[in-house]
Amino acid sequence: MTEIDPSLRPGLHLDDDVAPPGQTVDGVITTPVGLDSAVVAGLEIKARSQWDYARRRFLRHRLAMLGLVGLVIIFGAGIFANYVAPYNPAEIDLNNLLHAPTTTAHHYFGTDNIGRDYFSRVVWGIRTSEEVGVFVAVVSSFIGLVVGAIAGYYGGWIDNVLMRITDLVLTLPALAILLTASALLGAGSQWRVSLILTLFFWTGLARVVRGIFLSLREKEYVEAAKASGAGDARIMFRHILPNTLGPVIVNGTLAVATAILTEAALSFLGFGIKPPTPSLGVLVSDAQTNPQQWWLTVFPGLTIVAIVLCVNFMGDGLRDALDPTQRRIRA
Amino acid sequence: MPEPLLSIRDLAVEFRTDDGLVHAVDGITYDVFPGETLGIVGESGSGKSVSTMSILGLIPQPPGRIRSGTAMFKGKDLLKMKKRELRRLRGDELAMVFQDPMTSLNPVIRIGDQLGEAIKTHYPRESDDKVKERVIELLRLVGVPNPDVRYAQYPHEFSGGMRQRAMIAMSIANSPSLLIADEPTTALDVTIQAQVLEVLKTVQEKTDAATILITHDLGIVAELCDRVIVMYAGRIVEQGDVFTIFQNPRHPYTIGLMDSLPKLTEDEEWLQPIPGQPPSLINRPSGCAFHPRCFLSQGRARCREEVPERRPVDGGPEHTSACHFAEELIGRHSKFADSVGVS
Amino acid sequence: MLTYIARRVLYSIPVLFVSTFLSFVFVSLAGNPTAALRANPRFSANTLHNIYLQNHLNKSIPVRYVYWLQDVFTHKLGKSLLTFQPIWPDITRTLGHTAQVIIIAETLAIILGVIVGIFSAIRQYSVFDYVFTSFSFLGFAMPTFWLALLLQILFVDIYLKWNVRIFYTSGLNSPNHGTWSLDRLQHIALPVMTLCIISFALYSRYMRASMLDVINSDYVRTARAKGLSEWRVVMRHVVRNALIPIVTVAALNLGGLFGGVIVTETVFTLDGIGYYFVQKLQNDDLYAVMAYLVVTSVIIIVFNLIADILYGYLDPRIRYD
Repeated sequence: MTEIDPSLRPGLHLDDDVAPPGQTVDGVITTPVGLDSAVVAGLEIKARSQWDYARRRFLRHRLAMLGLVGLVIIFGAGIFANYVAPYNPAEIDLNNLLHAPTTTAHHYFGTDNIGRDYFSRVVWGIRTSEEVGVFVAVVSSFIGLVVGAIAGYYGGWIDNVLMRITDLVLTLPALAILLTASALLGAGSQWRVSLILTLFFWTGLARVVRGIFLSLREKEYVEAAKASGAGDARIMFRHILPNTLGPVIVNGTLAVATAILTEAALSFLGFGIKPPTPSLGVLVSDAQTNPQQWWLTVFPGLTIVAIVLCVNFMGDGLRDALDPTQRRIRA
Repeated sequence: MPEPLLSIRDLAVEFRTDDGLVHAVDGITYDVFPGETLGIVGESGSGKSVSTMSILGLIPQPPGRIRSGTAMFKGKDLLKMKKRELRRLRGDELAMVFQDPMTSLNPVIRIGDQLGEAIKTHYPRESDDKVKERVIELLRLVGVPNPDVRYAQYPHEFSGGMRQRAMIAMSIANSPSLLIADEPTTALDVTIQAQVLEVLKTVQEKTDAATILITHDLGIVAELCDRVIVMYAGRIVEQGDVFTIFQNPRHPYTIGLMDSLPKLTEDEEWLQPIPGQPPSLINRPSGCAFHPRCFLSQGRARCREEVPERRPVDGGPEHTSACHFAEELIGRHSKFADSVGVS
Repeated sequence: MLTYIARRVLYSIPVLFVSTFLSFVFVSLAGNPTAALRANPRFSANTLHNIYLQNHLNKSIPVRYVYWLQDVFTHKLGKSLLTFQPIWPDITRTLGHTAQVIIIAETLAIILGVIVGIFSAIRQYSVFDYVFTSFSFLGFAMPTFWLALLLQILFVDIYLKWNVRIFYTSGLNSPNHGTWSLDRLQHIALPVMTLCIISFALYSRYMRASMLDVINSDYVRTARAKGLSEWRVVMRHVVRNALIPIVTVAALNLGGLFGGVIVTETVFTLDGIGYYFVQKLQNDDLYAVMAYLVVTSVIIIVFNLIADILYGYLDPRIRYD
C-alpha cells in the first residue's frame, strides 16, 4: 500500500485550506500531472524498513546461509543428542576397542580405547559446546551492553572507572588468567567454565557499545528528546539502544565461536570441562595417547572447526546485513 | 567558430548493480572550446560527474561500462585509447579537481610531495629542486600563504579552503589544456567558496585552460561560466550560453531549477521546488525522463512516448533544448535573471 | 610525543600494581601455598613451620603482597615455594625460548600475510582471493591445539613410515646442540608452523580488508587522476596507508602471543614460558604462577604501548599531546 508522498504536492503547505500555488505559463495556471501516472512513471518509493533491508542482504549472502544451515544441523544434533547419538557415550564395549570408523553397528566415527562409540561422544560433546557457547555469548553480551551503555551515556567518573576495569581485564594474558581461574576456582562442569569465560568476555562488547553511546549521546535527536522531557532511561532505550543492536548481534554471534574455541583449549589442557561431562577438547586431549588412531583426534577437532566456521560465516553475513556502512559500488 | 578542444558524441555509460542496470549517462553530445568555461548543471544523479570521469578513464570498468560514444580530444578518441596513453594525458593535458578536499588528498603524505608527484609522474627527468620550486610557485599562485613552509605540511594541517587550493594547484601543475572541476566548492563554507572561485578564475586567466565546471549551484554558473549544459537523468536537456540560458530558459526543468531558488529581491510566500523525486536510473520514465514532474507536459502523450531530440530554439543556433513543446515557453522571462541582474 | 610516552608509561604502572595485586589475592585465596609441601613426608612439622614464617604466610594477604613485591625487586621474583629455587633464571631461560619461536613465526606470518592480503585485494574475487580467503577462515576456525596435534601426528607418521626425521615433534633440542643450530630449527619448525599458520590467517585477512578500504578512497582516485601508473598507485598510496592499522594489529598480536603460546608449547613440550606456566599451575606452585602473570602482563602492556606509538608515528593525523 503506497501512501501518497506528500512531497508530490507542490509548494510548502502550512495551512491546508490555502490553495497550492501553481506554475504560470503565459497566465494559465497549471499544476503537475496526476499522481497515479507519477507512480507508474518510475517515481514509486516503496518504504522498506531497516530490518527488511537487513534480512534481504543476509539471505543473499550465500556463505551466511550455508553457515546458518550448517549450524542448524550441528546444533540440532547437539540439542537432540539423546535421539541422534546411537549409543550412550559412556557405554563401554570391550569387544570393540579402537575400531576404525565404519558403517557397521553405527560406529560412524569408530570407537575409542575402551570401546565407547565415538560418534555418540562427539555428539554429546557438541551439546556441551553449544551450552557453553550460547551461555557465554548471551550473558557476556548482556553484561557488556549494560556496562557499555552506562559508561558511554553517563560519561564522567563512571565511564572512567568502568573503562579502567575493562582495560585491566584486557591487559591480562587471557588464556593464562582463565587457566589460573579454573585451576583455583575449580572447573569441571560446563556451567562453571561458562561463568569463568563470561567474566572475561564482556569487556569486548562493552567497549564497542560505549563508543556508540558516546557518539550518539551528542546527536541532535537526543537533545530534542531531552528537551521534550524524556528521561534518561527512555532516551537510552528508545533512541540510542537500537543503534547498538547491530554490533551487539554481530559481536554476540562471533563470541559463540570464540567461547567454544577457548573452552576447548581449556579442556584440552585439563583445566576446563572435566569428565564425565563430555567435551570436544577433552576428546582431543585423550586422543593423544593413541596417535595412530587418527579418527580419535580428527573428528572432534573437525567438529569444532565446522561449528566455528558456520558461526563465523553467519557472523560475516550478519555484519554485512546490519552494518550501514556498506562497501558498495559508487555509481 | 574555432575547433572544439573536446568533442563528445553519444556518450553512454551504464553500471551493473545488485538492483539492476543503472543508465548513468544516456547518450550525451557536447563540445568544449579552448579557453572557455563550460558549466554542467544538474541534480545529484543526473550523470554530470560520471560523464567527465568516464572520459578520463576513472570509472572502474567492472561495475561500469562505457556502452557507446566517442570523445575526441586533439584528434584522438579518449574512449578508444590504450590505457597507457590515456594515463599519460591524465594529470598532464587533462586534469581534474574533486569535490571533497579532505578525503581527496592522501593524509599521510606531505602536500609538497603530493604536488611534486603530479609533476614527476609526467616529467620524471626534472630535478627535485626544480620540482620543489615549481610546487612552491604553484602554491603561491593559488594563494596559499607561506608556501615554502606549507610545502612540508600534511593535509590535515591545512584548512578546507586551503586544501582545495592545493588540489587546484595540483591539477594545473602541468598546464593542462582542459581542467575539469567537479563541484569544487560544494564541501566548503560559503565564504570560502567565494575565495576558491576567485582562485579558479585566476587560474583560468593564467593558464588559458578550458574548464568544465560541474555544479548544482546556479550562482556559481552565473559567475564563472561562458556556456551552460543542463543535465537531467543522464541526458542533456538544454544547452546554450550563460546569458541566454538565464534570461530565456527553454526547458521546463531549467525553469524549475531557477524558479526553485529563493529570491531575496522579491516577496515570495511559497518556495517552489520542483515537485516529485529524481527518477530512478534503473527504471527511467518512458519518453521524456522529466515528464512526471513537468508543468508543461500536462499529460500529453508525446511526452510519455517519445524521447525528445535536442533542437535549436529561439536563442540562436547555439541554444538547444530537448523538449517537445519548447516553443510554448517562448516569451517567458525567467524571474531569476531579473533578480541577479544578468541582462 | 615523548610526553605521551612518558604519560602512558606512568599510567601503566598503577595498572600493573593493581593487576598484580588482584592476581596475588586471587591466587592466595584460592590456593594453599603449602598444601603440596605438607603432603610431602620428608618435611618435618618444624621445617614446615619455619617455611611458613619465613614466607610470612602467617600474615594477612595485603602484607604478604608487599613482601612479595619486595621480593620481586630485590630478589628477582623470589623463590618458588616448592622447589626453593629462584624463579628468575627459569623465567629468563624459558622466555628466551618462547621469544625465539614467536619472533620467527610472526615475522614469517606478517610478511606472507601482507603480501597475500595485497594481492587478494587487488584481485578481489579471483581464484587467488577465494583460495586464501577460505584459508584464512579455516585458520580462524581451527583450534591451535588441534592444528599442533595434527602436525605432530603427521610428522610422527612420516618418521615411523619412512624413518626420515624432517622435523622433530617434541622438545627444544637434542642434547649438545645450540640455540641456532639446525637441530634447534628442526625442533621448533612445527611449533613455528602452527603459530605462523594461525597468525597468517589473521594478517592476510586484515590486510585485505584494509586494502579494500583504502582502494575505494577519494585520494586513490586523485592519484589515478594525476596519471600515476596503477602499480604506483597501489604501492605508494594504497599499501602505505593500508599498512598502518596492520602495524597496530601485529604489535598487539605479538604481545598477546606471549600469553597465548601455552597450548602450542604444551603439545610440543617446548621449554618455553607457556609450558613452564602450565606445569607450575598444575603443581600449585603459586609464586611461580604469579611471576608468570607479572612478566606476561608487562609484556602485553609494553606491546600495547609500542602499538600506540607506532601508530602515532605512521599516521601524522594522530596528535598525542
